[in-house]
Amino acid sequence: MKNKVFSHPFIASSTITDWKSMLCELKIKSIQDLYSDIPTKFILKRKLNLAGPLSELETFNHVSRILSRNISYRDMSVFVGAGAWLHYIPAAVSEIISRSEFLTSYTQYQPEASQGMLMALFEYQSLMAELLEMDVVNASMYDWATALGEAGRMSGRLTRRSEVVIPRFTSPDRRAVLQTYIDPMGMRIVEVAKSKEDGQIVLENLKEKVSSDTAAVYLENPSYLGFLETEVDAVAEISHDAGALFIVGVDPTSLGVIRPPGDYGADVVVGEGQPFGNPVSFGGPLLGILACKNDIKMIRAVPGRIIGMTTTVDEMQRAFVMSLQTREQHIRRGEATSNICTNNALCALASAVYLSLLGKSGIRELSEHILAKTKYAIKIFGSIDGVDVPLFRAPHFKEFAIRFKRGQADEVLRALLEHKICGGKSLVPEFPELGESVLVCVTELHSKQQIDNYVETLDQLLR
Amino acid sequence: MYRQSRWNEPLIFEISREGAIGHVLPALEREVFSELKEALNEIPKEMRRKELNLPELSELEVIRHFTRLSQMNYGISLGTYPLGSCTMKYNPVINEKLASLESVQNVHPLQDQRTTQGSLELLYKLEKMLCEITGMRKFSFIPAAGAHGEFLGCLMMKAYHKEHGEKRRKVIVPDSAHGTNPASAKMAGFEVNVVKSDETGCVDTKELEKIATEETAGLMLTNPNTLGIFERNIGEIVRIIHDVGGLLYYDGANLNAIMGKVRPSVMGFDIVHLNVHKTFSTPHGGGGPGAGPVGVKKELQEFLPAPTVEYDSATNSYYLDYDRPKAVGKIKMFYGNFSVYVKTYGYILMMGTEGLRLAAEASVLGSNYLLSKLRKLKGVGVPFDSGQPRKHEFVLSLSKLAKDTGVRALNVAKRFLDHGVHAPITYFPLIIDEAFMVEPTESESKRELDNFAKILSEIIDEAYNEPMKVLGAPYNTSVGRINEVKASHPKTLCLSWRMYKRGRRGA
Repeated sequence: MKNKVFSHPFIASSTITDWKSMLCELKIKSIQDLYSDIPTKFILKRKLNLAGPLSELETFNHVSRILSRNISYRDMSVFVGAGAWLHYIPAAVSEIISRSEFLTSYTQYQPEASQGMLMALFEYQSLMAELLEMDVVNASMYDWATALGEAGRMSGRLTRRSEVVIPRFTSPDRRAVLQTYIDPMGMRIVEVAKSKEDGQIVLENLKEKVSSDTAAVYLENPSYLGFLETEVDAVAEISHDAGALFIVGVDPTSLGVIRPPGDYGADVVVGEGQPFGNPVSFGGPLLGILACKNDIKMIRAVPGRIIGMTTTVDEMQRAFVMSLQTREQHIRRGEATSNICTNNALCALASAVYLSLLGKSGIRELSEHILAKTKYAIKIFGSIDGVDVPLFRAPHFKEFAIRFKRGQADEVLRALLEHKICGGKSLVPEFPELGESVLVCVTELHSKQQIDNYVETLDQLLR
Repeated sequence: MYRQSRWNEPLIFEISREGAIGHVLPALEREVFSELKEALNEIPKEMRRKELNLPELSELEVIRHFTRLSQMNYGISLGTYPLGSCTMKYNPVINEKLASLESVQNVHPLQDQRTTQGSLELLYKLEKMLCEITGMRKFSFIPAAGAHGEFLGCLMMKAYHKEHGEKRRKVIVPDSAHGTNPASAKMAGFEVNVVKSDETGCVDTKELEKIATEETAGLMLTNPNTLGIFERNIGEIVRIIHDVGGLLYYDGANLNAIMGKVRPSVMGFDIVHLNVHKTFSTPHGGGGPGAGPVGVKKELQEFLPAPTVEYDSATNSYYLDYDRPKAVGKIKMFYGNFSVYVKTYGYILMMGTEGLRLAAEASVLGSNYLLSKLRKLKGVGVPFDSGQPRKHEFVLSLSKLAKDTGVRALNVAKRFLDHGVHAPITYFPLIIDEAFMVEPTESESKRELDNFAKILSEIIDEAYNEPMKVLGAPYNTSVGRINEVKASHPKTLCLSWRMYKRGRRGA
């Protein structure tokens, strides 16, 4: 049986006829001749010990059986967000991104044959740019956290300074990724205090922390804990007065009602585009947004692919192509702005379709829907005895923290799970100063009944 | 004759119609709706959004627009896509079905782990498979792409040396390396030393001996290299680097050629990344998402980032392990591109031991077969032709053709598109003049390979007889030759609809 050729559905040349005639053309007896240059001590003397090969049917059964041990939101109420959010995905989005012309294409190294994806990515950039009120959006990053990491590096390159100032209630995961990304440049994170009452950044403290070493000030809006930052103009001014960049992180689903960062002085915007048409998929792939203003110095510092609009050589037709490639690793190698090449293009396409479908009124409606639901949820949670909510006197969007007056957050979450409720993310390890708190998330996917049921169950448990 | 669709499709903004809607959200329940007004009022006026310039279209208009765009895009499901080092093989469609299961898509990463046992089990089992294929001890699934894996690998090199009380500043890469290698090393804070290739297209070990010092943190290598040549001196290369205390990093972009035949561990590599969107057939999606899992030998496993996926036999359950005191810093949210790994897992199951080995062999056979046909063509050179067989890819030089006719590799590539076949990579690796880098993969039958050879032969004939014809290509694609310079010139730079509108107003 050793090295016998057999026909495999994914290996077109594995027919006896093809195989033999190619060997014959090469004037060799065995395929092993083409491996004769590899020193024998490196050749594996045994077969790999893997399962299979399985048929398509067996594979489907096998994989779906393993995955059936998961419980999805269809079978329980999931109130957790914190970096990936459950939203409804219109059928039209799935239809478009599963078209194999898009799905099975590579990066657009031959733009004339790849206009479809290039134009769609240009539209993604454009739609996102409108939403953020920024001029330039790149063709995608891996996720919000890595986009922030790259934005931190951008600020270091542009200012030649070494500190990124961030508030206390920044997402700890994003903060950790930022740390990893800027550390090799000799940069570090400086923390600013937040007001205990309304969660807002303490401007006096910010003024003390910024200096001629500040490369950037980073603010998430809405914050990781869901409350709105309202002193954004002052933060922008303090950042700019210090000669630092102002980087804003956003959940773009809020921007149908909330003022866009481009309007309050953001130089760079990062965020998570997953809610626009991409499933949470156990955490990946997500969609990192990275945007900047139309400033050529800034644009040249942007990492990753950017699609530009141009024309054909004969100027007869509009056309799209990867722009400013000299920033990138395949041209600039070690001097590139980043090493990123494969990004999350198909997720960006999903976002473009989503934004086109919802459009002007739909995005506003989506934001209002989530805003109202958040308000409702906070009110209902506030109506029971055992919890403090909201923890900050500020408007909230999509997420909010609740604190249990009695019992431990972990225990309460575990008890809720018995009632098929995934109640949120414990904030205890991240922000012990908030007590036994949990971050709760509601979107258009959570019905009033589910929220009510959560609160009633919690009320019972806390009695 | 092949003809790609041409739709003259306007931008989505240009077909907006006031008042049109493409999707309706569920109505808010009465009690929830009654909160809206107050919620809006709570937002300070200056923090409210005023204008929103998104387009308005019906659902069909959106479907039509993007379906038309899809028809102006070339994919592997339409024809040969022989991009060198990109391994554009068939993407089994069943894997899409698996990845779109409810139990994949609608499971949140922060759910209680007792409700995500399926995802964890799949990752755990996939890790065992990747360990078996590469000989590594342990994998991290977190890196989102090959380059991201390289970045992680470099961070681990740093952590490893730090643990041994050393601060090594330099990483060596060959001159034929992928651009990501030096870019990743730089990102991680290393200086980059370049080692030249010798006359056989392999790392010049004499020069490597000179460059490698106590300051060398490691060497990043693709094997087979980007010329499609197996670095037969790999034993010597590894010895040189290990002798100075450096680590060996395996760029897995070209693993396809040797799967099931040579394991990176046996060659002496300490850290490995795999590009599952290449070797393990997950679709590239026009630029991603891919995934770049990183595996390491025993000595390095404590540096893998948290969390890792573990199994507890006492409770027969899987869990995420965050208790990793020596782990490098976080590089991404959550645990990696999970739905991509579902496809990876499905692919490896359907291939099995025999299938993976056969895929490697078929890719090498097809590549050498195609090379044997192409090398006979006029104007085509085969650099570094020392008689060593190529592996899954090969690089031609079209410099003689360019000298003879004025038709360059770029022009030949454009003319390929007119024949309904995607062009190979051009102008890489940089050490070859007029490089033309071909990777047919095992997915192409002999008939398709013959067709490719026939097309190149015709184009070359054309170049010698009617060069203008080739220089004017492409003709049959949805647009003609594109002005790429204009796309990057500061005066004509247009990167969004916003910039376009503003430019028009300014003009």
